[in-house]
Amino acid sequence: MNPTFELDGQAISFAEGQTILQAATTAGVYIPHLCYHPEFKPHGSCKLCTVKVNGRQTAACTMRAALGMKVESNCEEINAERRALTQMLFVEGNHFCPSCEKSGHCQLQATAYHLGMMSPHYDHFFPNRAVDASHPEFLLDFNRCILCSLCVRASRDVDGKNVFALSGRGIKTHLIVNARSGRLADTDFAATDKAAAVCPVGVILPKRQGFAVPIGERPYDKVAIGAATTVRAEEEAS
Amino acid sequence: MHCLEPSEAALRPLVAGIVAQHGGDASRMLQILRDIQSLAGWISPVAVDVLSAELAVPRTKIEGVAGFYSFLSLQPRGRYRILFSDNITDRMLGSTALMARLCNSLWVEQGKTSEEGLVSIDTTSCTGLCDQGPALLVNNRAMGRLTAERIDQIAELVRSEVAVDAWPDEFFIIDDNVQRADILLAADFQPGAALQAARQRAHAAGEGMMASNTRSWREGLPAGLGGPAAMLDEIKRANLRGRGGAGFTTGLKWEACRNAPLPAGQQRIVVCNADEGEPGTFKDRVLLTRQADLVFEGMTVAAYAVGATRGFVYLRGEYAYLRPQLETVLARRRQDKLLGRDILGILGADFDIEIHLGAGAYVCGEESALIESLEGKRGTPRNRPPFPVTNGYLDQPTIVNNVETFAAAALIALHGGDWYAAIGTRHSAGSKLLSVAGDCARPGIYEYPFGVSIRQVLDACGTTKVQAVQVSGPSGICVAPDEFDRVIAFEDIPTAGAFTIFDSTRDMFEVARNYVHFFQHESCGFCTPCRVGTSLLKNLMDKLARGCGSPYDFAEIEKLNQLLQSMSHCGLGHTACNPVLDTIAKFRPAYEARMMQRDFTPAFDLDQALSQARQMTGRDDAAAHLQSEQGGAV
Repeated sequence: MNPTFELDGQAISFAEGQTILQAATTAGVYIPHLCYHPEFKPHGSCKLCTVKVNGRQTAACTMRAALGMKVESNCEEINAERRALTQMLFVEGNHFCPSCEKSGHCQLQATAYHLGMMSPHYDHFFPNRAVDASHPEFLLDFNRCILCSLCVRASRDVDGKNVFALSGRGIKTHLIVNARSGRLADTDFAATDKAAAVCPVGVILPKRQGFAVPIGERPYDKVAIGAATTVRAEEEAS
Repeated sequence: MHCLEPSEAALRPLVAGIVAQHGGDASRMLQILRDIQSLAGWISPVAVDVLSAELAVPRTKIEGVAGFYSFLSLQPRGRYRILFSDNITDRMLGSTALMARLCNSLWVEQGKTSEEGLVSIDTTSCTGLCDQGPALLVNNRAMGRLTAERIDQIAELVRSEVAVDAWPDEFFIIDDNVQRADILLAADFQPGAALQAARQRAHAAGEGMMASNTRSWREGLPAGLGGPAAMLDEIKRANLRGRGGAGFTTGLKWEACRNAPLPAGQQRIVVCNADEGEPGTFKDRVLLTRQADLVFEGMTVAAYAVGATRGFVYLRGEYAYLRPQLETVLARRRQDKLLGRDILGILGADFDIEIHLGAGAYVCGEESALIESLEGKRGTPRNRPPFPVTNGYLDQPTIVNNVETFAAAALIALHGGDWYAAIGTRHSAGSKLLSVAGDCARPGIYEYPFGVSIRQVLDACGTTKVQAVQVSGPSGICVAPDEFDRVIAFEDIPTAGAFTIFDSTRDMFEVARNYVHFFQHESCGFCTPCRVGTSLLKNLMDKLARGCGSPYDFAEIEKLNQLLQSMSHCGLGHTACNPVLDTIAKFRPAYEARMMQRDFTPAFDLDQALSQARQMTGRDDAAAHLQSEQGGAV
């Protein structure tokens, strides 16, 4: 029998080397996250998955599960802080859900709903970020970038291309592409790349498909993001 | 250096040459980029092309690194690049007016490059000359004690395009200002003495000093090998704790590194953290100027104790001018068999030290960010565990210690752990260098045994009507007069060394606001709470400064503080709210004076929003203004 730790009072079994987030997901318990993706090495930057381990806050995506750990996740104190982080991500970029073609399929939006975010709360920064429509098949709308670096990791680790990277520092950190012109069309990016399919928000978008699936019938319109984890775990178990 | 930009054809071989000098090693990216930048003052797209081809790394990686560091630029800048140190102490000495004077005189806006590409002027984080400010950097060379006259001289030299190297030498004189020396600064140290002492101690134990590089207990020590272990015991007996601020027990760190498994082909690494970026701190500059041998010998002692063969000094970019003299000391030590192969003639005792320069990033003072930077990457703090002692530089066991810690280690090797432990207090052994600046008659370096009170230091440096002392910089604590009998020690007020004094004429709100701007500028941007939170905090402080603050904003600041402390990735975020919370708690009137509104007031100001339109139309009559809701034009 696998060892277990306690997550919000529930015993969660884990395999050696698994992180808290991995073990929780396997058990069908949702911990909010944005920069984590099961196929990539954990990054630990968005901090949405922060939990309390034996009273100390730490990112669940990078913290290894250990026998007998007491982990708190789904409580108002932590969810309030997660909500604040989500609000920070909203005001830092330009996120206009009603006119965004990723609406209903966007993890940031779905997570905000899950956490009960009712307003952006903070003053918007309204950064000035240009859109890159140079590529024939894909569009880059940097306004929505949350700097999760999933495209960076996918392009580097799976596609072997390094199409994307982060440059700048602090609040000026931004996504760049691998071309002297700075344009996606001048890189070796392809529609079949893993990096084309990992963006949790609406930065890397295929052209001419924006509203092929009508709003209201999109994944998170049907199943809320937290519930999706449970559904997936049940599917895996059956 | 002042040089005209090479043409594209000329640049290619120059960049290729720089790459070759660095052995085509991509892990030396930051050093390579610094060298390329010095060719033309910026890193051009052509240079990135050549670098990408020569190193076989994608340009995303190069631009990612170059974009991280303040002193590197992917945009053309002036042939003269002038950066005014923007610490609160510089401001107190009039730096803002001096920078405005230079900008006016040279007809250039702050943060921009003049049209003919002659000059760019901006601010930079504290350059470590707080005892002789206001200070600036011109093309990486440091200048202190600025006056209006000096500014006018600089303007004239720039206008007539005199190369910086040909500027008068007296412009660049940096004083040590040692006001009180104790065991470290007063040490009359003979290079090699500490290593010899360690060797004799091992002999006395009947064990003989052996080469350190192949030894660790996991690899099976030959019987009787006690030299390095004996050295480690002395460090532990000395009760030495890290001087960078966190105060981790040095002996434990070294032992963990020594005991870390060492896969084939790897080596142990000793890193000296000379990235002295905490605003108000300048003691490492003086220690490296006065006692470089002591620091290098301490590193060598550490290498001997942990079994390391490679060492680095990570020197902050602001101190680049110290490099030539440090290289001279290193060369002499190699000649004297105190570095290099077979140190002291002991077969296999190999250790050498290399200096790496930073490029303007405070966060690189955090040890895992420093290691990333040493590897030529963006200075982002790593996820931990694993810790550097097992997985540090290029995944090898690594210790990172402060300059002052290594200097102390050399003295411990020389005089023994018991001698050292007897100095200071029970929990804080040894001495501490304090960088005293601000409102006092005699700023400079004060070395005291631990346990010295704030009041003693204030009396020594000549102060009147002191309102507050910021100990250990923005991430430290703000001490009010009723606490002046507290002492500098790990058990009371721990410090990395900054000791900044504010008299009763200073506005503590502006002090806190300056520190908040510093953290916002230096946040690495990796994690959400620090990246966005420091900007939100800055905006709130600026809102208060404009007189639009309300109790609501206070509550917001408190909430942000909690979030930054609990959710941030590293110490920068954890401490970014300290200056605000401390000053709110202890100097509330300074904030209340800013709070014009008792109820919520929007930060958005209609009349202010029209100012651009007024500027464009050249109007400033009454009809071009809106009346604010508080009544009266703003």
